[in-house]
Amino acid sequence: MSRAYRHNLNGSSLEPGTRQLEIEAVALRFGGVQALQNVSLDVCQGEIHAIIGPNGAGKTSLLNCISGLYRPQEGHIRLHRSDGPPHDLTRTRPSRVARLGVARAFQNIELFKHMTVLDNLMLGRHVHMKHSVWRSFLYYGPARRQEIAERQLVEEVIDFLEIQAVRHAHVGALPYGVQKRVEVGRALCLQPAVLLLDEPMAGMNTEEKEDMARFILDVNALAGVTVVLIEHDMEVVMDISERVSVLDFGRKITTGPPADVKTHPQVIEAYLGEEVS
Amino acid sequence: MEQAEVGSAYVETFIQLTITGLANGAILSLAALGFVIVFKATGVINFAQGYFLLVGAYLVWAGMVQFNLPWFFAVIVALVVAVLMGLATERFVLRPLVGENVISVIMVTIGLAFVLQGLVQFIWGTEPRPMPAFIPRGTVELLGVPVTLNRIWAVVIAGAVLAALTLFFQRSRHGIAMRAVADDQQAAMVVGISVRKVFALAWALAAASAVLAGIIVANLFGASGEVAVFGLLVFPVVILGGLDSVPGVMIAGAIIGLLVSYTAGYVGGGLQQVIPYIVLVLILLLRPYGLFGEVRIERV
Repeated sequence: MSRAYRHNLNGSSLEPGTRQLEIEAVALRFGGVQALQNVSLDVCQGEIHAIIGPNGAGKTSLLNCISGLYRPQEGHIRLHRSDGPPHDLTRTRPSRVARLGVARAFQNIELFKHMTVLDNLMLGRHVHMKHSVWRSFLYYGPARRQEIAERQLVEEVIDFLEIQAVRHAHVGALPYGVQKRVEVGRALCLQPAVLLLDEPMAGMNTEEKEDMARFILDVNALAGVTVVLIEHDMEVVMDISERVSVLDFGRKITTGPPADVKTHPQVIEAYLGEEVS
Repeated sequence: MEQAEVGSAYVETFIQLTITGLANGAILSLAALGFVIVFKATGVINFAQGYFLLVGAYLVWAGMVQFNLPWFFAVIVALVVAVLMGLATERFVLRPLVGENVISVIMVTIGLAFVLQGLVQFIWGTEPRPMPAFIPRGTVELLGVPVTLNRIWAVVIAGAVLAALTLFFQRSRHGIAMRAVADDQQAAMVVGISVRKVFALAWALAAASAVLAGIIVANLFGASGEVAVFGLLVFPVVILGGLDSVPGVMIAGAIIGLLVSYTAGYVGGGLQQVIPYIVLVLILLLRPYGLFGEVRIERV
């Protein structure tokens, strides 16, 4: 371990390798469009699980179902925890899903653009701050002490993601790559049980991609956070993920280690099209 | 000698008009703040905002005169009723309309305005009710000019509440959560902010601040339909300040307050009742997003 962390960024206390996220026969329709069809897959505690597939395969839709932003018509998504029965995320509001420890970064950066980096990250601590509206009005006292305590974890995330220099900058004014990093930071501030990353490296140059890959690997290896990742850059996916699931036209083709998936005939077909005989 | 006296009388009038204008401006800002809070957090344009003032004025009158409560309790009761009214408005009037088009929502808030006005007239009748003085009404000398004490209190109370709410938005967890929802609802949800709770809080704050403004107005002019006419000035204020700007509301409140007061003092003839709406039209023509509002450009 290269750094000493005072805070545990991992919000789940399941044994590594046990089933954490159980996606069972999920189907999602928008009118006549079948976005997801009978998708089942398991994500295990402590793994980096990549979801790949051509454009429009339903990758982001699946992530939205997990976050509670979309409500699938069929199927269940269960989040297992060490304390108590699993939660069915398909019947849970997004704010509650976040409280259960599912953190999310979006494909098209969804940061609070009018706020500073620090405010954005502190909002990641929102679910962990418990004082009432009345206390908020009074502000000083317990609310303030709590905010100072939460700030320590936020500072650790800032150090971890190497964004110290932009701490007080307004997010909207930052370069794209840094904004992406801040969004991952905000998700980390939740102390997530599962981190959902939707194309965290899209539009980045090689150096930025390498940095981001290193952060993801660190979060996973050092803190033990489970990562579910959508990514188009196959090299990155093959390098960092333990298991890969492939979607095509809303159906799951296969799940397996990167090497197996790469040579799976249906995967090759999905990406390159059918061979013309 | 005579020249100097004319001059000092002129200055005295000016100072008095200025203080009156700022006092009215502070109350207006307070009344308009709720409008901005609701618009920012929920995107709803609330045409009933002015009528919340009317409700506040009659509630506190009823509390003091009909139920013989001490003024302090009457104000507390009025504020509690205000919060419940705000929560009920969000839950039963606006939540069913989520996803409907803007015009429907606007029509419903206009309807709500009429309902509130009708309710007030139904319960308390239409004749003006003089208000027992609970804010001291003496005069003090300010800059060598006699000024009524209740106006100064109006400024102090409105100013203190505005300052408290500004701090709430800038610093507190719930205030920041409200700003987050205003900024990006989807992102707010995935960090665990309950958008429903934020909407409820926005409406509660909006109703409470408007009712408080109504109480202050009632203390100055009594409880009557005039309070709603005063409440209508909320619209020139928010249009001038920018629909989504809290500092804008404060500055625009002062500008409209002063404008009305100077027009009444120097021009008169009822022009003071029209001038805010002339400003409103001009602003809509020249700078539709107001002085401080966010410029929204829609490209089609």
